Amino acid sequence: MKMRKTLKAALLGASLAVVAATGASAKTLVYCSEGSPEGFDPALYTAGTTFDASSKPIYNRLVEFKRGTTEVQPGLAESWDVSDDGLEYTFHLRKGVKFHTTSFFTPTRDFNADDVIFSFERQLKKDSPWYEYTPGAAWEYFNGMSMPDLIKDIVKEDDYTVKFVLNRPEAPMIANLAMDFASIFSKEYADQLEKAGKKDMLNQEPIGTGPFSFVGYQKDAVIRYQAFADYWGGKQPIDNLIFAITTDASVRLQKLKAGECQVMPYPAPADIADIKADSNLTMMEQQGLNVGYLAYNTQQAPFDKVEVRKALNHAINKQAILDAVFQGSGVAAKNPIPPTMWSYNDAIKDDAYDPELAKKMLADAGVTDLSMKIWAMPVQRPYNPNARRMAEVIQADFAKIGVKVEIVSYEWGEYLSRSKDVKRDGAVLLGWTGDNGDPDNFLAVLLGCDGVGGSNRAQWCNKDFEDLIQKAKVVSDKAERTKLYEQAQVVFKEQAPWATIAHSTVFMPMSTKVKGYIMDPLGGHWFDGVDLAE
Amino acid sequence: MFRFLLGRLGLLIPTFFGVTLVAFSFIRLLPGDPVDLLAGERGVSPERKAEIMAQLGFDKPLWQQYFDYVINIFHGDLGISFVSKKPVLVEFFTLFPATAELSLCAIIIAIALGIPAGIFAAVKRGSVADQAIMGTALVGYSMPIFWWGLLLIILFSGILQWTPVSGRISLMFFFPQVTGFMLIDSLLSGQKGAFASAVSHLILPSIVLATIPLAVIARQTRSAMLEVLGEDFVRTARAKGLPPRRVIGLHALRNALIPVVTTIGLQVGVLLAGAILTETIFSWPGIGKWLVDSISRRDYFVVQGGLLLIAGIVMVVNLIVDVLYGLINPRIRHN
Repeated sequence: MKMRKTLKAALLGASLAVVAATGASAKTLVYCSEGSPEGFDPALYTAGTTFDASSKPIYNRLVEFKRGTTEVQPGLAESWDVSDDGLEYTFHLRKGVKFHTTSFFTPTRDFNADDVIFSFERQLKKDSPWYEYTPGAAWEYFNGMSMPDLIKDIVKEDDYTVKFVLNRPEAPMIANLAMDFASIFSKEYADQLEKAGKKDMLNQEPIGTGPFSFVGYQKDAVIRYQAFADYWGGKQPIDNLIFAITTDASVRLQKLKAGECQVMPYPAPADIADIKADSNLTMMEQQGLNVGYLAYNTQQAPFDKVEVRKALNHAINKQAILDAVFQGSGVAAKNPIPPTMWSYNDAIKDDAYDPELAKKMLADAGVTDLSMKIWAMPVQRPYNPNARRMAEVIQADFAKIGVKVEIVSYEWGEYLSRSKDVKRDGAVLLGWTGDNGDPDNFLAVLLGCDGVGGSNRAQWCNKDFEDLIQKAKVVSDKAERTKLYEQAQVVFKEQAPWATIAHSTVFMPMSTKVKGYIMDPLGGHWFDGVDLAE
Repeated sequence: MFRFLLGRLGLLIPTFFGVTLVAFSFIRLLPGDPVDLLAGERGVSPERKAEIMAQLGFDKPLWQQYFDYVINIFHGDLGISFVSKKPVLVEFFTLFPATAELSLCAIIIAIALGIPAGIFAAVKRGSVADQAIMGTALVGYSMPIFWWGLLLIILFSGILQWTPVSGRISLMFFFPQVTGFMLIDSLLSGQKGAFASAVSHLILPSIVLATIPLAVIARQTRSAMLEVLGEDFVRTARAKGLPPRRVIGLHALRNALIPVVTTIGLQVGVLLAGAILTETIFSWPGIGKWLVDSISRRDYFVVQGGLLLIAGIVMVVNLIVDVLYGLINPRIRHN
């Protein structure tokens, strides 16, 4: 035990020496991250904070999102073919890709098909020795994206060719494989850990093929990475990357101003004007790939009537919500997908704010003295910075048309769980942030019939809508898919299962010395290609 | 003295079981469960949820889960964090030195300033100085910690740039954590400037964490001193011509310190509670923040293990205080 400790200290010392060796002229970028990673195996988790610290700097995927877009481009696979029936995806892997060499692992071979198969089978096959390698390994995203139902088999054709065989055609398959859970691990490293009886280290001392290799993590304080000299995409402009974990937004800003870090995420809304006025800082901003909504329970009277839902939608003053809740950092939503997503139907007209019309529509629908509940989330989310305030604004709006609103809230886990209930009483404030840039990831998950009693909080199952999104799922031609999704949005607007509220804007303050940072529409934080001016 | 100690140790056993029961039930009484929270907006199917709950042993009857928990404690096993997948004990002892270092510095500041301030206020009772000290203590006691911490950061780190904003040491220093106490490790590292950096990072959080105990100790010292100063033996000491410094410093203070020691002991719990906020503001990687995060994630094993360990520390500190109290106050010992 003591020997192991000494060895560990020596190895750490060696890695320090590496850092120190480049110290004199080393460029170090410090990122004031907003929280601690839960671990370093991205397939085990769902939080963006964990992905920022694990999958993005350390790993690669077969395909990658082109930086700043939701378009997919080659990653560890140089190219891929899809069979005519859409059931077979054959990936041709990149040759000469190296895994990281660190104080705890020295690879003896390059990346190959075995690594791809290992990375997916550990999540797919219950008899894999890695399926439960750590307690409560839920493979949340892999399951959430229905991969176990979708993938029939993963076949190694040769060392550099892998074939995914599917049970049904799935157009978003390629986009799914660019997601964090699809990060490629080293099978050689995993075998080594298994042999040493230290499987859990896979989640603590990560090895990948990405632009930065892991140096060390001091829990809740600092994560250190080093640019990977043999990275297949070329050496990074910076030498060291450090995540200084700083949970409070005001403190992050003070650190940024004091030069203790160069980039920070999630500024407090109240600080935005101050940051924009600071000549030493740059403020990048982008519309988030998200939507905040109010979901009626379409299976409960009187919200089972389209006219009632439409009337209520006309009563909501979205501009007042944008001012009071988003403080200018958001845009009104008219569709269930954000405007930055392909297939967004801009021709759709929103339900205009018109309390008189709303009142008349309610009367025409035969609804008088309506009392209802609005559920307000107890937490701040990117798509809704203050749900209680939003509920209060809507409460005031509905009061103007004679609808009484009681605002209710529950603890977050309880909220998520109870709001799924088909017999739920009341309309729920909730939202969604896109995972892979595919409209299916919004429309099917949030409004599809499969989601009733689950992620479809409106409990809405409409045949016309369902036919359109199911058809779009199996068609591989993007133009045709676009048309189908555009039509689906028309059905959605006519049927109004939700009141679409807003899409938020994401801000990213950084030092003016930071060059080449590109904001990710999917909300991730990437540092490959980023440089620091002297 | 031995019987006294034995009696005090005997009390620890029911307290221990009480703590295990409270720690175990507290987190389970809160609504929501870890799987729902992990799944987020997407949700998880009931079948999959049942599978994960079974994997974690949460499908067993509650009494059995409690029984397993207590039995495992005796084997030195507090379970594995549902989130980080690391043993709770390892996580605790990785983070505890940071909290201990901060709390120690805070209590040293609180004692070093609080006792003299209390004595001074008592001796100068009714004076402007007394009112100023007690007024300041009241403000300190009522100060919202979060606001106070941010104010100090903006002033001393932002505007004056005298101290770093947050963290335990400058990021340019990177050395193995031997003891976990940054002041010691920075000295052991032999790196130039490391110790000074560690000290500069400790200043603001220590002041913030010391604020409430400092106020409490100052007020307690003042009132204890006032009580003692009115006693017959003090009057006798004065009457026999002892210089005021000896009367106050030797006769009065020794007696007045008895309740103050108890107060200081009780402040350990307050420090650990205050550490939660202080650690959050100053990004201090200690157990306070760890525990709060774990509660919000319903990381059952961390919460029940962490609470037990903290309660254990508070119990041990209180035991030491009881013993000290017995040593300085023979009446307690003999009773």
